[in-house]
Amino acid sequence: MNTANATGGNLIEIRDLAKAYTRGKQRVPVLQGVNLDVAAGDFFALMGPSGSGKTTLLNLIGGLDTPSAGSIVIGGQRVDRLGGAALARWRAAHVGFVFQFYNLLPMLSAQKNVELPLLLTKLSAAERRKRAAIALQLVGLADRAGHKPSELSGGQQQRVAIARAFVTDPTLLVCDEPTGDLDRAAAEEVLGLLQRLNRAHGKTIVMVTHDPRAAEHATHMVHLDKGELVGAARVAQPA
Amino acid sequence: MKYFSLVWAALWRRKARTLFTLFSVLTAFLLFGMLDAVRTVFNAGDQLSSGRMIVSSKLSITQALPISLLNSIQHVPGVKQVGWANWFGGYYQHPTPFFPNFAVSSNYLGLFRGRYELPPAQARAFADTRDGAVVGAALARQFHWTLGQRVPLIAGIFPRTDGGNDWNFQIVGIFTTKNAKLKAVEQQFLFHWKYFDEGNAYMKNMVGWYVVNLDDPAHANRVAQAIDALSQNSDHETKTQTEQAFQASFAKQIGDIGLIAGGIMAAVFFTLLLLTGNTMAQAVRERIPELAVLKTLGFQDRTVLALVLAESVLLIVLGGVLGMALAMLLTPMVSAASGGALPLPPLGLHSWLLALGLMLLIGLLVGALPALRGMRLKIVDALAGR
Repeated sequence: MNTANATGGNLIEIRDLAKAYTRGKQRVPVLQGVNLDVAAGDFFALMGPSGSGKTTLLNLIGGLDTPSAGSIVIGGQRVDRLGGAALARWRAAHVGFVFQFYNLLPMLSAQKNVELPLLLTKLSAAERRKRAAIALQLVGLADRAGHKPSELSGGQQQRVAIARAFVTDPTLLVCDEPTGDLDRAAAEEVLGLLQRLNRAHGKTIVMVTHDPRAAEHATHMVHLDKGELVGAARVAQPA
Repeated sequence: MKYFSLVWAALWRRKARTLFTLFSVLTAFLLFGMLDAVRTVFNAGDQLSSGRMIVSSKLSITQALPISLLNSIQHVPGVKQVGWANWFGGYYQHPTPFFPNFAVSSNYLGLFRGRYELPPAQARAFADTRDGAVVGAALARQFHWTLGQRVPLIAGIFPRTDGGNDWNFQIVGIFTTKNAKLKAVEQQFLFHWKYFDEGNAYMKNMVGWYVVNLDDPAHANRVAQAIDALSQNSDHETKTQTEQAFQASFAKQIGDIGLIAGGIMAAVFFTLLLLTGNTMAQAVRERIPELAVLKTLGFQDRTVLALVLAESVLLIVLGGVLGMALAMLLTPMVSAASGGALPLPPLGLHSWLLALGLMLLIGLLVGALPALRGMRLKIVDALAGR
């Protein structure tokens, strides 16, 4: 299925992608024959029932896992051929991650959590602090910089996680059920923030969600079922 | 260094557990510091023994040797000076506290250059006073003895010819030592062997051991063989050995201090390995999802390995340095409290280097398995809680 954006170049090109896990002696196919193009600047929502392979596809796009077959090209780079240290370096440079349960380090303050990906750069400590402060300001949490995750609400923690995801200015943000653990109001705040990053800052976002209302914030929606892409649509955006 | 705040924060993730573990490490290294000081005291002969040998009975150091051997030993090529001493085993007023007291040859103090510091006038007074005694400064302080004071010792082994056990001495000198590792000599009580030989009813013309200074330490083996050959097949065969070996065999009458100290340290460090190993394993097990997040963000496998190892080494080094610092504070207090009977030297560079080496080794050993686990974890499985 080709869902390429007609107006821009493709950031992500996935061809004949398959992934299978081995459980004991059994080979369990999770994804098969997936073809997907995502243009730079798109906000993609991956939808589908539990076990449809959404998170597996997201992990493959984010370079957290390697496919059993097929190819993944992101920004002209064959990500499926990278491994070990090279894949880690690629993730650090090009991808920001947002998880359902925030996955902040509990012993670090919000500021230090946001600084984490910057430790992998050659920036000075002062520059790291400055950039993390700007990122926290963008998500509206400048006044909570010194707070630890346990001192923040779920919505605030997710906003810190989003700040951590974009502080290195990555090409791509991958979000796994970013609103799955939040109430409606907090979810709207987070989705609004992602939408702003997409529209105002041109970040390409691939988001896995169960929630149709969350998916409405995206520009494109694709459905997965039993490991295959079964439908794609452009989401009508309010003017 | 940029990862230090991350390692430091991880270390204090569970404050109570870290504090208890630190306390265990601190206690282990406090014990190490104190025991190493004790071991140093018992090996102190090593420091000044070059060129000095002790001739004692081959059967046992409690067996005396005839004074007639003196002339023969003096004529062995390579021998520069010979003196002698005899264990007296007396006590002052009460059997405890114990202090070493010897009957010594008139040249005895001069045999140990740099060990006994005695003002020249007091040395002359000692030479001129038949029943004179010189005592260590710590011993004099302990019993409040002053120069010129008459002091009776009760003989534990050697009664006087008149049947009495009281031996009267006049304190004519108080010596000190500049060598911190030999502070134990300041507990000694020394008097003339001649006075002892004339006055005791138990044995005549016998000495406990000879002290032999060599003209060249390189000749030690040859001289020792020649001295031992003098009394071969007699009823007083000798055993000539370095001062260090002699002191070690003397100390072994109590027990092998080095072995005892080593055994205690080994047990302590083995327990420490198990304890901190378990703590680190538990700490890393709890943090698997967090390590997976670090890897997700782009931290490489070897960086995660290094972070966990650094945390483990930091924990041990922190506790270890505190323990050694406390040992440094406590050793002078223990020395003072013992009244000079256990003159522990200050912890030296050697002890610190040994301790730091142990800290690094234990830290790496303790962190190795959890660090490997962190390094090998698969991000997808760890994030999914598998």
